[in-house]
Amino acid sequence: MNFVALKMLTGDRAKFLGLVFAIAFSSFLMAHQSSIFCGLMIRTTSQIKDITDADIWVMDPETQYIDEVKALTDNDLYRVRGVSGVEWAVKLFKGVPRAKADDGKFRNVILLGVDDASLVGAPRRMLLGSLADLRQPDSVVIDRAGFYFFFPNQPLSIGQHLEMNDHRITIVGICEASAPFGTFPVMFTRYSQAVNFVGRERNSMSFVLVKPAAGLTTEEVCLRITQATGLKALESTDFAWKTVLYYIRNTGIPVNFGITVMIALIVGTVVAGQTFYIFTIENLKQFGALKAIGVTNLRITGMILLQAFVVGFIGYSLGIGMCSLFFDLTRDIVHLRGFVLLWQIAGGTAVAVFFIVVLASLMSIRRVLTLEPAVVFRG
Amino acid sequence: MDASVAVSCRSVTKDFGQGESRTKVLRGVDFEVNLGQMTFLVGESGSGKTTLLSVIAGLLDATAGEVVVLGQPLKRLSNHQQVVFRRTNLGFVFQQFNLLPALTAAENVAVPLLAQGLPRLRAIAKASDLLTSLGLGQRLNAFPSQLSGGQQQRVALARALVHEPRLIVCDEPTSALDAATGRSVMELLASFAVRPDRAVLVVTHDSRVFDFADRIAHMNDGIIDRIEQQQN
Ligand SMILES: Nc1ncnc2c1ncn2[C@@H]1O[C@H](COP(=O)(O)OP(=O)(O)OP(=O)(O)O)[C@@H](O)[C@H]1O
Ligand SMILES: [Mg+2]
Repeated sequence: MNFVALKMLTGDRAKFLGLVFAIAFSSFLMAHQSSIFCGLMIRTTSQIKDITDADIWVMDPETQYIDEVKALTDNDLYRVRGVSGVEWAVKLFKGVPRAKADDGKFRNVILLGVDDASLVGAPRRMLLGSLADLRQPDSVVIDRAGFYFFFPNQPLSIGQHLEMNDHRITIVGICEASAPFGTFPVMFTRYSQAVNFVGRERNSMSFVLVKPAAGLTTEEVCLRITQATGLKALESTDFAWKTVLYYIRNTGIPVNFGITVMIALIVGTVVAGQTFYIFTIENLKQFGALKAIGVTNLRITGMILLQAFVVGFIGYSLGIGMCSLFFDLTRDIVHLRGFVLLWQIAGGTAVAVFFIVVLASLMSIRRVLTLEPAVVFRG
Repeated sequence: MDASVAVSCRSVTKDFGQGESRTKVLRGVDFEVNLGQMTFLVGESGSGKTTLLSVIAGLLDATAGEVVVLGQPLKRLSNHQQVVFRRTNLGFVFQQFNLLPALTAAENVAVPLLAQGLPRLRAIAKASDLLTSLGLGQRLNAFPSQLSGGQQQRVALARALVHEPRLIVCDEPTSALDAATGRSVMELLASFAVRPDRAVLVVTHDSRVFDFADRIAHMNDGIIDRIEQQQN
């Protein structure tokens, strides 16, 4: 009887396509919006994620997320260094000064000042130039997206100049940085220079980056730092989560994306459910004939479920396909980079579609099961 | 019970609705359908013919009275047993044909075999053989919408016969057809359906085809008030 169910389903092309598109559209919207949401949230942690040399971030105890910091003192750095279990600890500056190009174009940039001696925290993916050149005076490494902002339509190249707080700075390298949340260009320089560029000498240390000693767990070292100094010490992933949660709690982003996803879910359920129900109602006479002929209720339930799941599967595949195609096509667009379809979202969307399909078929199944087969004799 | 009796109804009543709106449609039907014969059930519109046919076919439960089909009292069957009983022993022909539009002629005819669990290809092969002997060998893969009314009713007839049931029930099989087509469908019904071990029960208005009947039962306001034997 399964092939009968499938033929009934595909027999009415228009309705079949309507069903498939309802599911495809709602899968696409759910997956796409959730991916953009997760992508944005991941972006808030870009600078944490990009620093892979150190495992622990030490900060003021009141710090809520990476973008708002209260400066630490040199004394704090020495105290952290004194904690047993700390292999090494270095300072990191993070600020948002304004940079200006020669043609007058200006932007706030995310400026990271890394330890002068070790360059801990410097970018790992250099596209052009060398990190060693950061040791030259007034030199910076800028990320690809930032370069394109200041020098649009130019091939990547080094040696260009920008101005920052009356300092003429030289681009000595171009790196790949994960897209930041605020779409600012990202620049790296030595700590001592960063402080200069910003124009403040004292109390400019945003974070202390720490490497735990071998043989100790990161949590253990975090705990020791906190106990010894009263500062907050977090593993990078914990700090990333803390930052994400800050944005989730304090911005309208999750609510607004959540609303779109809910609407996609509801519209998907209602449209698919209704179309499927109408489809069943229009075929009621046929189901009646099958019941009269002696097809059991169990069999008919199976037929309807099969129809619903086939529609769900095709619609979901199309929707997820469109979604990953979208992210594939936009991968190289600078401001859309880094957005991907996460497998968790593909999975979650599958669950949502399953829910839609079950709900849509339940009504139809109920209707068909309560159908008196004697209707077949009515005109 | 007489071995030549396919269906026997004793004091069968059927009410629809509850309380005020309760209507008695069958008011004590006593009636027999014999094996090896074509029995017609005729009567005015609203007299209860379709209701009686539905009760005999097990599609409706009688309110009271006893219906015995092929030696089996229907009351004693569970719902599931009724479905199984129908799919083994009954063939249906409807006024509106009720073919599945998405299936070809051969696939439509195969449905009762598929319902019994026969593999698809074997079912379709068997259905095709029968359709061929009913003169539709050229249209096996046609969809119902591509067939004339008479051809569709022949497909429906094949669907009622393919699993070799022992009772065939038809509700107004010719009233959607013109006179000549109606007669040719009745001819096929008479020559393919009527067998010594099988009974055919036809509800009809269509006096143009009364001459095909072996017996004619007249229904009037919920009872059978007269039975004629036809001399063929
Ligand atoms: N499910 C139902 N609920 C309520 N009343 C019904 C139902 N089915 C039939 N009836 C009523 O029972 C009466 C007999 O109906 P039935 O269809 O058996 O008549 P019929 O002899 O087949 O008529 P026709 O020749 O027009 O087909 C009618 O008055 C009809 O309205
Ligand atoms: Mg009727």
